[in-house]
Parts: sequence; structure tokens; C-alpha cells
Amino acid sequence: MTINIPTFCLSSIGPWLTLTVTAIVVLLLDALSPKGRKAYFPQLSLLGLAVAAVQTVRLWGRTGDDFARMVYLDNFAFFFYLVLILGAALTVLISRQYLEDYGKNLGEYYALILFATLGMMLMVAGAHLIMIFLGLEIMSIAIYVLAGLFREDLRSNEAAIKYLVLGAFSSAFLLFGMAMLYGASGGTLYLNDLAHRLVETAALTKPLTLLGLALLLVGFGFKVASVPFHMWTPDVYEGAPTSVTAFMAVGVKAAAFAAFARIMFLVFPAFLPQWNMLLWVLAVATMTLGNVVAIAQSNIKRMLAYSSIAHAGYLLVGLIAANQLGGVSLLYYLLAYTLMNVGAFGVVILVGRKKDSYLNINDYAGLGAQHPALAAAMAIFMFALAGMPGTVGFIGKFYIFSAAIQAGYLWLVLIGVMNSLISVFYYLRITVIMYMRPAEADLGAIAFTPSMNAALVLTAAATIWFGIFPGLIYNLALNSMKAFPGL
Amino acid sequence: MAVPLECYLGLSVALFTLGAIGVLIRRNILIILMCIEMMLNAVNLAFIGFADTFKAVDGQMFVFFVMTVAAAEVAVGLALVVAVFRNRATVSVDDLNLMKW
Repeated sequence: MTINIPTFCLSSIGPWLTLTVTAIVVLLLDALSPKGRKAYFPQLSLLGLAVAAVQTVRLWGRTGDDFARMVYLDNFAFFFYLVLILGAALTVLISRQYLEDYGKNLGEYYALILFATLGMMLMVAGAHLIMIFLGLEIMSIAIYVLAGLFREDLRSNEAAIKYLVLGAFSSAFLLFGMAMLYGASGGTLYLNDLAHRLVETAALTKPLTLLGLALLLVGFGFKVASVPFHMWTPDVYEGAPTSVTAFMAVGVKAAAFAAFARIMFLVFPAFLPQWNMLLWVLAVATMTLGNVVAIAQSNIKRMLAYSSIAHAGYLLVGLIAANQLGGVSLLYYLLAYTLMNVGAFGVVILVGRKKDSYLNINDYAGLGAQHPALAAAMAIFMFALAGMPGTVGFIGKFYIFSAAIQAGYLWLVLIGVMNSLISVFYYLRITVIMYMRPAEADLGAIAFTPSMNAALVLTAAATIWFGIFPGLIYNLALNSMKAFPGL
Repeated sequence: MAVPLECYLGLSVALFTLGAIGVLIRRNILIILMCIEMMLNAVNLAFIGFADTFKAVDGQMFVFFVMTVAAAEVAVGLALVVAVFRNRATVSVDDLNLMKW
């Protein structure tokens, strides 16, 4: 018997290889370098991420697949590579001082961030259900560990164990869904083949397909934090280290939505009426619950967690629209969300000062007078998250809602806009507290570091810039959506 | 003797359901982790059943990946349980109640 080894081109997974090698080098250096001389891991990680970004840019425009049809090479994947690399790089920038305060500026933190990013990339480029599952787990396991990074901190412990149990529970549902699809399609796991096999055998195996679809929705619903699978989000976001929360909020959401969108658009276009109505209900429930409960929060991290649930609801609207503009809006909004959310968490880290002592929203009183630049940055992020014109948040919501109108979901858009109005209340409340309420005491020094400043200036500037000139990102996203000619 | 697909699937669904119920009602984290293992093994069984019926090898390959990943997940899970136990001297989920809305 002869075995044919398929030809492959290593450059098509160049960014993955770079991140893997960087992460392993970080781990080795961590083990080999003497104590007290470990300051260079952030720089090394940033270097690795930068090289991966350059490789991605050079891959831009490639189409088809590689590695025996396991990996998609298309601009949809490359766009998400860039978003994920950006999210990881910003996280590295905001982490350093924060981790040093806790005495946890360790090599494995950066290695785990890189491994998680790698897992996310596998997810967005996976052309086979095993790849998607493997990417999901590489990402998740790294993030379980990151959430529990502060071993001595009870909240961090609790967040990690809750995330692990619920994450593994949801993976089991996702896997069972994959098994059902494998059965329904008569034995294939390639996304391309699944699409037409499921339609061909529809008469015979429709119940099995629908069961598989429902279980996949449960699995992805957990990862993107949509109602009713959102219970873990507030606890995990509050308990995890703030820099990890930022990474979880942007990276996991982007990767999960990318894989979710690819599966829905590619495998299930024929079952659109079935999943659309289900997601309609989920989207409305997610938006409403996220926004209404966020109003009642006094802890800023918890408030941002509920805001993240609400944003998952808006993103689901883009998915439901299932047209080209819907896909574009999804890509645009996930990039926008990365910028504004990492920025907001950066401010939370700075205002929290030594070991997260100031996380109540009332601790922001007087910030406008005593640290005007920081308050201005926070105001920009809050305006963007609320969707005020002139910021990326507005453009993103505008695309999402126009896609839904185009697809004929008028009521969904009305509910979405109402929700957006509710959300203005709690985002603006932070701004009002910062500027209108005097501080109860002197806020004291805030430990600005160059890397944190760079991250905040970059995200604030990009939030405004791409909010006024969205053309560049829009064109890139439109180009990426050519990966789905059926839409 | 060939085992019919229905038997594989019936057992798989029963195991999966038992595992899911266990995760929801048990209070000891270690037992919850075991229940999750049971759910993953139910998935493995379904894959093997289908792969055997269709004579397609992908399903059997998937099983190896699931087993590897499950091992990694449990390793991390047990490490976290140890960390929690050191700080709180408990392995019951009822005691993990620092954060609530």
C-alpha cells in the first residue's frame, strides 16, 4: 500500500508558526534566564506578533486551501488574523505594569497569550471540524490558565474554575453537535463537503442535522456569551486579571464569531429559516438582558461584562442578516470592539491602581479634573461603546442595522436601536461621574507607563479616526467577504 | 458480530444526558469534571459508531483529538481545583460564591 503525502506550503500557515516559535522561545528563556532579568518578554512577544502581522499582510489576497484542505486561505481568515494580532498586542502593552504590581510578570503569561492567539487563528481558518475544535480548545485551555493567573487571589481562582467547568461543558455540546453533523452528512467533516452533503441527504437526516445545528448553537452561544448561555461572563470577567479580561472580551469573542459566521454562512445556508428565527430570539434576549442588567452594576469590570453581552447581541444581528453587508458589519464591528474595549480596560487598569483597589464606578469621580487626559480617553471609549457618531462604535452599529434592514428585519433593528439608547445611560453615567462629580479625596498619582500610554493613545486615536474615515476598514472587510460568494 | 448503529447512538445519547445532568446537579467539582469526561466519551462513542457505519476514518481520528484535549483540560482543571483547595479548603461549587449579582 502506498500512502500519498499531500503537498503543502509552510508559508500558508506562516503566522501560526511564528507565534508558536515565539511562545516556545519565551518559555525557554523564562526557564533559562536568571531571576530578576526577565523584563524583555513583552518586547519579544510584540516582536513575534509584529512578524506574524507582516506575514499575514503578505498572505493577503491568497485564496483556496492548503494542508490537504484543512486550512482555508482567504481574506476572511486574514482579516481576523490581523484583528486577533492587534488584540493580543494591545493586551501585551497594557499588561506589564499591572502584572508587576501583583508580582506576576512571568514568561508564561506572554507564552499563554501567544498560544491563545494561535488557537484563535486556527479557529478562524479551520476548514475541517477537527481544526475548529482544536483551535477552540487551544484558545480555551490557555485562557482558563490565564484567568487563574493570580493563584493566591480567591476571585481569580473562582473565575478560572467557573470558566473551565462551563467552558468544558459547552465544548461537549459543540462536539456532540459535530458528531451529529458527521452522522447526518454520511461521514464527512470538511465544511465544504458538509454544505452540499447535508442538503443532498436532507430528506433522510433532517432531524439529525437540526439537532447538530442546535447543539452547535449552544456551544458557540457559550463562547460568544449570548443569553441564555451568558451566566459565566460577569463572574469570569470580574474575577480574572483585568488584562486577561480585556483579552477574553476581544479575542475570544472575535474568534468565536468568526468560526460561528463561517459555519453558518458556509454549511447551513440551506437551513437559513431554521437558525435565523432561533438567533433572532437569542439576539433580542442577549441585547436586552445585557443592557438592562448593566445599568444595575456598580463594579466597572462587571458593567463592562454586561456591556460585552449586549455587544454579542448586536453582533448576532449582523449574523442573522446573513447578507454581504451583514458579514462586513460583523468584521468591522469586531475590529471596532477590539479597539474600544481594550482601551476601556486599559483605563480600568490605570484607575484601579495598586492591585485593583478602585474598581467601583464612583472611584471615577473627579478624574476629569485631576487627570484630564485619562478622563478624555475613557470618555472617548464610553462614547464609542455607546455608539455615538464620530466613533467606530457608531459606524459599526450603523452597518449592522442597515444590513438587518436590507434583509428585512425591521423589528429586530427597532429593538436594537432601543437597546442602544438604553446603553447610552450607563456609558454616559461614567462620563458624568468623571466630569461632574468632585473627588472625595485626592486621587493621587497614577502610574503611567510608556507602553500603557502607547496603547491608550493608539486605541483612542483609532477609535476616532476610523469612526470618521471608515472607508479603509470597510473596503478590507468587503474584500474579505468575497470568501463567501453565496451571500 | 456487528453492533447496529442504533445501539451506539442510544448508548451515546444516554451517557451524554447522564453526564449533562450530573454537571448540573452535582456539587463537588471533581465529580463535575468526571461528568464532563463522560459527556466527551459519549461524543467519542457517537463518532466511532458513525465512522464504523460509513467506513469513513475521520470520525475515528476525531476521537483521538477529543481524548487528547480532554486530558489537557482535566490537567488544567485539577490544577485549578488544587489552587482553590489550598486557598479555601473546599471543593464544593456552593462555596464558590464570592461574585454574584
